[in-house]
This record gives sequence, structure tokens and C-alpha cells, in this order.
Amino acid sequence: MTVLHWVLPLTAWALAPLMLGIINRVKAVFAGRRGQPLLQLYYDLFKLVQKGSVYSRSTSLVIRIAPSAALACTAICVTLVPWGGLRAPVAFAGDIIVLAYLLGLARFATVLAALDTGSAFEGMGASREVQFAALAEPSFFLGMLVLVLRAGTVGLSDVMSGLSTATGPTSSILLVLVACSWFVLLLTENSRIPIDDPNTHLELTMIHEVMVLDYSGPDFAYILYGASLKLWVFAALVVNLIVPLRSVPPWGQIPLFLLGMGVVTVLVGVVESILARLRLQQVPKVLIGSATLSVIALIVELME
Amino acid sequence: MHVFILGCVILVLSGAAAVLLGRSRVAPWLAALGAWAGCGAAAIPVITALAGQNVEPLQIAWSMPGGSLSFGLDGLSAFFCLPILLVSPLAALYGCEYLAREKKPLGSILFFFNALAASMLLLMAARNGLLFLVVWEIMAISSFFLVIFDGEHAHVREAGWTYLIATHIGTAALLVFFALLGRQAGSLDFEATAAAKLAPAMASVLFALAVVGFGSKAGFFPLHVWLPEAHPAAPSHVSALMSGVMIKTGIYGLLRALTMLGTPLAAWGWTLVIIGLVSGVLGVAFALAQHDLKCLLAYHSVENIGIIALGIGAGLLGLSWNQPAMVVLGFGGGILHVLNHAVFKSLLFLGAGTVVHSTHTRDIDHLGGLFKSMRWTGVTFLVASAAISGLPPFNGFVSEFLIYLAGFSGVRAGVAETVVLAIVVTGGLAIIGGLAAACFAKAFGTVFLGEPRSDHATQAHEVGAVMRWPMATLAAICLGIGLLAPLAVRTVLPAVQIVAGTDIAALGTSSALAIQVLSGTGWVSLSLLLLAAGLFFIRRRLPRGQEQTVTGTWDCGYARPTARMQYTASSFAQPLTDLFRFILRTRRQSDQVQGFFPKGATFGTETPDAAREWLFVPLFRTIDRVVAPIRRMQHGRVHEYLLYIAIVLVLLLIWKAGGRP
Repeated sequence: MTVLHWVLPLTAWALAPLMLGIINRVKAVFAGRRGQPLLQLYYDLFKLVQKGSVYSRSTSLVIRIAPSAALACTAICVTLVPWGGLRAPVAFAGDIIVLAYLLGLARFATVLAALDTGSAFEGMGASREVQFAALAEPSFFLGMLVLVLRAGTVGLSDVMSGLSTATGPTSSILLVLVACSWFVLLLTENSRIPIDDPNTHLELTMIHEVMVLDYSGPDFAYILYGASLKLWVFAALVVNLIVPLRSVPPWGQIPLFLLGMGVVTVLVGVVESILARLRLQQVPKVLIGSATLSVIALIVELME
Repeated sequence: MHVFILGCVILVLSGAAAVLLGRSRVAPWLAALGAWAGCGAAAIPVITALAGQNVEPLQIAWSMPGGSLSFGLDGLSAFFCLPILLVSPLAALYGCEYLAREKKPLGSILFFFNALAASMLLLMAARNGLLFLVVWEIMAISSFFLVIFDGEHAHVREAGWTYLIATHIGTAALLVFFALLGRQAGSLDFEATAAAKLAPAMASVLFALAVVGFGSKAGFFPLHVWLPEAHPAAPSHVSALMSGVMIKTGIYGLLRALTMLGTPLAAWGWTLVIIGLVSGVLGVAFALAQHDLKCLLAYHSVENIGIIALGIGAGLLGLSWNQPAMVVLGFGGGILHVLNHAVFKSLLFLGAGTVVHSTHTRDIDHLGGLFKSMRWTGVTFLVASAAISGLPPFNGFVSEFLIYLAGFSGVRAGVAETVVLAIVVTGGLAIIGGLAAACFAKAFGTVFLGEPRSDHATQAHEVGAVMRWPMATLAAICLGIGLLAPLAVRTVLPAVQIVAGTDIAALGTSSALAIQVLSGTGWVSLSLLLLAAGLFFIRRRLPRGQEQTVTGTWDCGYARPTARMQYTASSFAQPLTDLFRFILRTRRQSDQVQGFFPKGATFGTETPDAAREWLFVPLFRTIDRVVAPIRRMQHGRVHEYLLYIAIVLVLLLIWKAGGRP
């Protein structure tokens, strides 16, 4: 492990909030508005950490600890994600399982904190969150299985550096299938349209946003920052699959990766602008569809 | 080995002494002291065996035909002794305070509790088929008497009855198993049976018998029907011992049987993988639909047994495909999960016991807000909830991680069956893990968080130190195994070696890999804890970090929220139970709001066990109908009974004498 490896998480920790700025800017352009500044989330975070907190009478210790625990999970997840040929600072066989379960722990913490408030709306959001997460997780692992089979190793960094588009035409098809499947997961896990609407004003229809209604001040800053890190993690996984990072020299990989991140972020913004939010009953079908993509990729891989 | 037997004797004698003390308040303490002393003594040879040293086996002649009193401890037995030695003393101590309010004489529960612990220990050490069966029966009977401790309630008697039938169906299969095996090997001693050469067909029959016999104790779906009845019926510290530890004797038996059946066939591995997947997914699906806290936990035992079976199945397939990594990771994960599940499940049952003790209700939807009044119970229950959901940094994650890795490491390009296995193992574990997390978010969230939903919850109070400390100890072990995962997996390796039947050198690289990978997860877990603590500390030190305003929960402008408007456990789980409605078949009764002046409305759901409703009830009804005519022979007229005897004797005489010239 060298200093260079730590450039990856450091960049992620620094740039993750920018992604939400880009998404909002894209949406504003589509809507014909000027939109908020690109750095809006940085301003928000800076403002929030200087504030005091408001807690509900119903709450206990759980809601006070949950933001720190959730942020710790996502912050560590960032250190597990490689950039193409560049290995992540923390890499071992099965690190993808750790990544999925750290995100699971973050979710567990926020769901419990939502139930801690005793609010019917937050309970509703928590219930939907766990439902969609339970369906999303198999899809995530099935996608990983395709990559493991292709690369012949189990660690995320090994897999990403072992993948090569040069081995034949099917390889790129497989990677695109998995990338599509994971892009749906990105939208689900980060509560974007068409699964969830981060901008809705009706608590009844929200999933993730309704769970964070009762946070304030530094706690809310932690939650927002954690959410942007989570978006970074999923976007980075997708970029690893679709951007031909491995065919460029190491010094070129970092700019190319960041460019890819920008493209994926814009893509999220475009999807949000041109799609409507799905009815809740339709969401499981989307998730099962995303798992099917990975299964198709597995079958293609086996037929080869 | 003498020390081990001495430990068991201490357990039984202290239990008997507690019976003699009768209603005295000292009795539970004496029994608990006996449990500590007995388990402490037995721990010495167990630790010796785990450290890799040889424990001198013990052989005493026994006049029983085919039987011998032979005892021994190898890596497998010693590892399975760990949960017994850990949970029994803690649960016994917990019981001292838990039973203090009991008006009934405590003799039976104290004696049978210690007898159960002693019989489980002896079962692990038994090295003869007949001895094994005898101890197995002692274990079943002692646990039966523990289940029916509150026998004045009809539902408890019924639960005991179901348990007694289920366990004896299992024993029947085991009798056949050992009879067949003994006939093939010429002796019932495990040394002989392990060396027996079995034809593949015979071995498969024996495997099927072992799965039924041991699976009914372990709770494989659909043989699990007794679990959701017996565990809620028994006192909580007994449920902790039964659900956390006793059902694992079924897993031990299955693994021990595998050592005797020769090279495993791939079909056996597939059988266990499918059983594991079905038990795991359906166990957690039924758990989601429960309102009774202890019933929910009982279904989670089915789920976790499923996870263990997935691991063992993957290990068996690894053996038949000659993949050492799968062998080590599959068996290692499965066997380690036995210990992990024992720790967090007994902790959960103790926590549930504390809740019941303090609020007098097991209905989740009547509880709420207990975290504020029961801080210790809340924190330990939270730790166990995270652990059973397989979340880092706790122990459940370690073993599930190993099983995942077994699934991933088996895949080979172009071999379809390895990919199918990987899909089943990783996809199955992922969905089980997601649903388990949802279920424990529901259980912990509804019971401990929010506002009290009834007077039961308002009157909750923290329990005394005697009940708190066992829970705190188990919670500490959950975290300890999570952080010291490489150490934990080292203790499993001897057991893996025995089950795999190959020597450790062949598995060496894979074992080293498992240890190395787990040190990775250990570091991640540690840094997670440190980072979370650091972030919390920073958050407190922010300029206005400690400034707090307390107000009501934001309810979208609604001015008068009440506790009854909170999301309930049933509504929380409803989207997920809807996905499984094809098997859950939840019954709903509701009185809708009607008319201009409605009188009130009710809504209730009940989810009966599918295997009981659709399999066992019709099955036993059919059997009952078929054998009904035979009952006419049993009518109480003694002279006709004498006639039956005479006829049978004459027939025997003709049969035996008729063949001779």
C-alpha cells in the first residue's frame, strides 16, 4: 500500500458532495431553471455543523448515535473501492461482502433512528427502505458473481484490475449488463427517481427522505454527507465497469475515472429529469428485473 | 476425560440437591453454582482438546449388548461443547432472578435444566451408538420437562406434546440409522462405524435417515414445527439454552454422522444446500409475520439453522468437487455459525425474557419505548439484533462472510453447477440477511424505540444485576468474536478437519487464506468502531454540538400525535410479508368502520405455521384414519388379550420349529 492508494479515498471524501450539485444542475437545465450553485451541499454542510440540534421527546440514544455510525460505515466503504487498475487501500478477498454489509449496517442504523422518533411517516419510510434493500442485495451479489467468474478472483480490487475488455466481444456485453443492473441499484440505494423522489414535498410518498425528517444540525450534516459518499461508492462501481480504465497508464486513470464519475452523475440527473417516479408496488419488479440482468449475464458467461 | 465426566456429575448432583432443598430460596443459587462448577470442570479438557492436545479417552465396560461406555473428545466435540459451557452457566445465573417471583416449586426446572446441560455435554463425548441414543433421549426428556414447566396453561401442554412427538420421530429415524450402521460395521463403537466400508446406496439411505433424525432436532424446514411452539412456551432462560444450544446437537449429530459415511456424494451437499435455502428464507419470512416476540425468535432459529446447513452443504460439495477452499470456508463458516448463533440467540431470548419479566406481555405491538426504561437490556438486545442480522462488527457477520466466500470461491468458468451453487449460496444469504435485518429492525424498533403503545410498556423497569450481567457478557462475546475473527476461525479448523476427513496440510493454504481474510474484516470492524466513536466525539465538540432543544416529533403539522399512531410491527413488515403471502397465508380478521356513528374497529392478523397446517395435520389425520380399524383389537377384555398372546406364541412355535426336519 502506498500513498497513491490513499489518493482515491481522499478524493472521494472531498468530491462526493459535488455529485449532488451536478445532479441538481442537470435537473435545473432540463427544467429551464438556473438552479442552485454546484457547491450548494458544501455550503449546507458548513452551515449545519455550526448549528445546535433539535431532538424529539420520544427519542433515545439511538438517534443520537445513528448518524455517526452510518457515516463511519459509508466512509469506510469508500476505502474499499478501487479505480480500475489502481487498487483500493483496503483490499482482500471478499471485500465486496464487507462493503455490502457496511452499507447494510448504515441502513440498519438509520432505520432504527427513524423508528426511534415514533413518527408514523418515518416508520413508513423505514418499512419501505428495508423492503427494497432486501430485494436489492441479491442483485448486487449476482452482479459481483459475474465479475468473479470473469476475472477468476474474489477481491474487488483484483476483480476490477483483472477485468479486461480485450478478451472478446462477450466481455463488454457482460460488463454492460452488470453495469446496468448496478445502475438500477444506484438509483434504488440512493433514493433517486424512479424509485424514490428526493425532492418530494409529501412525506407519505417518500422513502429515504422521510426517514431523516427529524435530524437537525450536525446530525443532519452527517446524514447528508454519508448519503453523498454512498452515491460515490455506487457510481464508482459502475464507472469501474463501463469506463476502459485499464487500457490507460496509471497517471491517466485518475482523470479518466473522475470524468467517468461526472458522466454517471449527469446520467443520474438525466434519468431524474426524464422519468416519473414509479408507484411503490412497481419497485420490486424493477429490482427483480435488475437481478435478472445479472442472471442473463451469468448465462451468457456460461454459454461461452 | 475423568474431569469432563466429573463436571457432568456435578451438574446432575447439584440439580438433585436443588430438588431436595425444595421451596428454599437457596435452591436456584445452588443449582446455578453447580452449573458454574460443572461447566468449569468440563471446560478444562475441552480447552485442552481445542488447543490441539490429546484428551485421554475413557472406556468402561457396559453389560448392555452392543453398548459400551466410551467417551472421548476430539476437535469437533470440543468445539460443540463451547456453546454449552458458555450459555448454560450464564442462563442458570439469569434464571435465579428470573424465577424468583415464581410461586410453583422450582425443583423440576432446576434439576432438568442442569440435567439438560449435562446430557448435552455427554452427548458430545459419547463414542458409542447406543450410549449416544441413551444420552440423546435423556436430553429430549429433560428438555420436554423444561418446556412444560408452566403446564397449567393448555397451550404449554400442547407445545410440550408437539415437541415430544417431533423429537421421537427424530429418535425413531436415529434408531434405524444406528441399527443399519451397526449391522454394516459389526459394532456400534464410533471407531468401528467410522471405519466401515459402505456401499454408496447404503450410505445415501443412512444420510437421509441422519437428515431426518438430526434435522428434526435442529429444526430443518419442514421438521421445525415444534420450535415456534416450544420456545415461546418454555421459561426464557430455558428457551435460551434450547434454542441457542440444544438444537445445535442436531447439527453435531449430522456432522458426526458424515464422518461415518465415507466420501460424500454431491447429492448430499445439494440436499443440505436446498434444505438450508428453504429453511433460511421461510424461517425469516415466518418470523416477519409474527407478533409474539419469542415466537419470532424461534423462527429465526430455523433461519439460522438454514444458514448453517448452507455452509455445511457448500463444504460437502467442496469435498466432492475437490475444492479445498470451499471445504474450509463452507464447513468453517457453518460450524462457526453454530457458536455465533448460540451466543446471540441466547442473548436475544434472555433479552426477550427480561422484557416479558418486566412488562408481562410478549406481544410486540403492545410494547414500545423500552429503551429509555431498560437501557441495559436495550443495548444488549441491539447488539444481538445487529449480530443476528449478520452486520459487522459483530460475530454473525464473520460466519456468514465465510459462507459467502465459500460460494464465491467455488465458481469456475464453464462449470454450470459451481455457478448454480454460488447463485444459491450468495443470493440466498443476501436475501436471508436482508430479511433478517428487516425483521430485527421491526422487533427492536417496535419493542424498544418510539413511545409505549400500552400500559404494559409504560410500567417497564430495568431488571436486577443478576439478569443484566449474563446478557452483558454475551453481548461482549458477540463483539469479541467479531473483532478477533482470525482467532475464532482457528478454533474451528480442527473440527473442519475431522468433518472433511482430510488432514490439515491438504487444507493448509485455504485455512491460511481464511485466517488472512478474516484479519482483514477484523481490521475493518475495528476501524469502523474507532471511526464511529471519533465522529461522535467530533460531533460533540463542534461549536454548538452539545446544544439541544427538545420538542415533539415532526408529524407534518398534525398537532396531537398519540402513541397509537406509530407504525406497528405488523404494518412495518407488511410489504415484505405480502411478498411471501403465497406461503404465509396470513389470516386477517377485521371489523371495518361502518356507518355515520362507527362504534370502533378492530384488525388482527395471525400466521399459522404452513408445515403444521398443510403437512403434519393432514398427515397425522390420515394416519389416524388408516389405523383406526386396528383399535378394535384393543378393547380392555383381558381374556381376549390372553388369547392374542397364546395365538402369537403358537405361531412363533410353528415358525421356529416348522423349518426343522
